[in-house]
Amino acid sequence: MRTGFTPEQEEFRVEVAGWLDEQLSGPFAAIRNLSSMSAMIPERRAWETALGEAGWSAIGWPEQYGGRGANIAEQVIFAEEYARAGAPGRIGHIGVTLAGPTLIHFGSEEQKRRFLPPILKGEELWAQGYSEPNAGSDLSNIRTKARLDDGPNGPEWVIEGQKIWTSLAQHAQWIFVLCRTEEGSVGPKGLSFLLVPLDQPGVTLRPIRQMTGDAEFNETFFDGARTAAANVVGQPGEGWKVAMGLLSHERGASSLAIQMTFRNELQKVIDAANANGAAQDPLIRQRIATAHAGLKLMRFNALRTLSKGDNEMLSREAFIHKIYWGTWHKKLGELAMDVMGAPGLIAPGPDYAFDVLPHLYLYTRSETIHGGTNQIQRNIIAERGLGLPREPRG
Amino acid sequence: MQFTFSEEETLLQQSVSGFLASHAGSAAIRKAMEDDGAGYDPALWRATMDEMGLGGIALPPRHGGAEMGQVGLAIVMMEMGRVLLPSPYFSSVGMAAQAIALAGTDAQQDALLPGIVSGETIAAMAWRGTGRGQAPAARLDDGLRLTGAAGFVPFGHAADLLVVAAQRDGGGIALAALPADMPGIAVERHVSMDLTRPLSTVRFDNVALLQEHVLGSGGDASAALARTLDLARIALAAEQAGGAEAVLDLTVAYTKDRVQFGRPIGSFQALKHRMADMMVEVETARTAAYYSACIVDEGSDELEEAAAIAASYCSEAFMDCAGNAIQLHGGIGFTWEHDAHLYFKRARADAVLLDDAASQRERIAGMIGLERAA
Repeated sequence: MRTGFTPEQEEFRVEVAGWLDEQLSGPFAAIRNLSSMSAMIPERRAWETALGEAGWSAIGWPEQYGGRGANIAEQVIFAEEYARAGAPGRIGHIGVTLAGPTLIHFGSEEQKRRFLPPILKGEELWAQGYSEPNAGSDLSNIRTKARLDDGPNGPEWVIEGQKIWTSLAQHAQWIFVLCRTEEGSVGPKGLSFLLVPLDQPGVTLRPIRQMTGDAEFNETFFDGARTAAANVVGQPGEGWKVAMGLLSHERGASSLAIQMTFRNELQKVIDAANANGAAQDPLIRQRIATAHAGLKLMRFNALRTLSKGDNEMLSREAFIHKIYWGTWHKKLGELAMDVMGAPGLIAPGPDYAFDVLPHLYLYTRSETIHGGTNQIQRNIIAERGLGLPREPRG
Repeated sequence: MQFTFSEEETLLQQSVSGFLASHAGSAAIRKAMEDDGAGYDPALWRATMDEMGLGGIALPPRHGGAEMGQVGLAIVMMEMGRVLLPSPYFSSVGMAAQAIALAGTDAQQDALLPGIVSGETIAAMAWRGTGRGQAPAARLDDGLRLTGAAGFVPFGHAADLLVVAAQRDGGGIALAALPADMPGIAVERHVSMDLTRPLSTVRFDNVALLQEHVLGSGGDASAALARTLDLARIALAAEQAGGAEAVLDLTVAYTKDRVQFGRPIGSFQALKHRMADMMVEVETARTAAYYSACIVDEGSDELEEAAAIAASYCSEAFMDCAGNAIQLHGGIGFTWEHDAHLYFKRARADAVLLDDAASQRERIAGMIGLERAA
C-alpha cells in the first residue's frame, strides 16, 4: 500500500504540467483560472479542441478510440495537474465523462466511430436527459416517450415529453435521452437510451433561473423531436441498464479534479479568516481544520476506490463519495459565510451576482440534491453497501 | 500510487483476523476483563507474539521484526480493535517499542527491543501527568533522580519495562526505559471505565536511574516523544476504525433481525439512514488510518498533519458509531450483557488517551496557516 507515485509517474506529471502551462500561458491565457461555467464559451470550445488534438481530452479512454489507455495513477495525476494549472471547467465534460464512456461500453462500432471523435475535439457537446418533473429521485418513473416512425430519411424515433435540469444544453449539439419506448411499460422496464440532436424544430429549451441568479440548467421539451432509428445505445428496452452503467462512470478520476477546486475555495476561506480576524475565533479554527481534514480524506477515499481498478466489483466505500463531497462542500459554503459575517451579504455590483464565497454558499445547496439526493444516497448506502432491507415501493 | 493492500498485507490481515476470530470472541474478552487477574489472557498474549509474530510487525529484522512498517501495525491494530482485544499490545508494541526505536541508541535498541518483539517483555509508556493535560509531569534531576507521577498508563500494572517521559531539571524532555520493579516505583491499577484496557498511575519516589536507563545519548528527547505520540495516534486510529466497523456490523445484523411493527427495524429509514451515515464514517476512518500509516512508511514530511487528521477523525467516528449502536439496539444495547457498551467505553478511552480531537484540530489550524492573536 502506498500513496506516493513512481519516478515514471512523476515524469508524466511534469509532462502534463508542462503542456498545460505552455497552453494556458500562451494561446489560452484568457481562460486560465476562469471560475464561471457559463462564460467565454467560444474560447472554451477551442480549448476542448486543443485538448483533443494533443491527446489530452480523455486519457483514460482506450487508444483505439482516441484516448491514451492511461492507468488510474496517470488519470489521477492528470486531474490534479489540470486543476492545479487553473485550467477551465470542461465544457465538454458530459460528453467526455458520461456519453463517451457509455458509448465505449455499450455502443455499436458504428456509433463509436460516429460520436467519439467529435467528443474528444469538442466539436460536439452533450447534455444529459434523465430527470423529469415527475422522475426525480424516482428516476425510473419516466414519462417521455418515443416510437419508431417511417420518415423521409428512413425509420426514426419520434420523441414526446419533457426533461429537466439539463445542464449546459443551451451550448450542446446532442442530448442522450432516457425514454419509454414500450407502450404501457412501467418503472425501469421498457426504457431506451436515445441519442438526439438538439438543433431541430421538435426541441425547445427554457432556461431555469436558480437561487444563485444564474441559469445553468434548462427544461428541455420534446414535441415530435426526431432521431435516426440507429441512434439507440444498447437494445431498445434496455435503456435502464445503459443509464445505470453510465452512472457508475461518474466515480472516475474526474472527482479528483473537483477536489483541487475545493482546495482553492478552502484557501480563500482561510485567507478571508486571516484578513478579517475570524481566524482568532477558536470555533472557526476548529471548523476550518475540520474542513481541511475532510478534504484530505476525500482525496484518499477517492484514491482507495480508484486503486481497485475499473474491472473489479465496486467495494462498498465507492458508495460514499457523492454524499461525502456534496455534504463537505455545502458545509464549506456555510463556513465561508460564518467567516465573512455581514459583508458576505452584499453583491459587488448592480447585478444579482456574488463573489466566489457567497456564491458557493448558495450554489452548494444544489449539491446534496442533484445526482441523487443525500436521502437517496443513504438508501443506496444502506441497501447496497450494508445489505439492509429495501424500501417498500408503491 | 497503489492505495490498496499488497499481497503480503492481505495475507497479514487475513491471518490476524482468522486468528482473533477463533481465539478472541466475546466470552474470552469478558473473561479477561472481568477476572481480577492480568486483565488479558497470557496464553493468548504469547500466541499473538510468538506464534503470530506480531510483536515486531513494524520493526526491522535486526530486532526480530517483520518490517511491514506502520501499515503492518495498522492492519494488526484494526483487527484487534474490531474484537476489542484486551491486550498490552498497543502500549508495548504501538507505543513503548516505538519510543525506544526512535530515541534509543543502537545498544539500547539491541538490549530492549528483542524482548518486546518476542513478548517476553511487556512494556508500557508512562508519558503524561495525572491531570487533563498531556505534558509529562515526572521530573528527572541532574543526579538522575526521577520523581513524580504518570497517569493513564495502559496496562501499567502488567508492565515489566516502563518507558517514562520526564521533564529534565535543566530543560527539555528525557525518555527513560526502566524495569518496573526498580525501588521507588509504585504502580496503582485503577478501575477504568474501559475494562478492556485498564489504566494505572505510576509513581516515582526518588528513583535512582543509571545513565543507561536514559534513552539516547543525553540530548533533548522532545522530538522523539512527539513522534512517538504521533505514531501511536496513527496506530490507535486503526484500532478506532476497526472498532467503528465492528459496531456498525453488529448494528446492521441486529436491525435486520429485530422485527417491530411487522418489519425488520433495519427497513425503516430513520434507522437505515443513521447506519448509512455510520458507514460513511467507518469507510473514511479506514481511509484515514491507512493513509496516515502510508505517510509514515513513505517518510513523508506530512506525518504530523496525517497523525492529527487521523486522530481527530477516527476518535469522533468511533465515538459516534458506538453511541449510535447503543441507540439503534434499543434497551438491549444498554445492558452489561450486550457488547455495545464495551465499544462505547473503548471509543471514549481512545479519544482522550492521546489528546482529544479538538486539540488535534488546533494543531491542524496552525499547520494550514490560520493566524492567531499576536
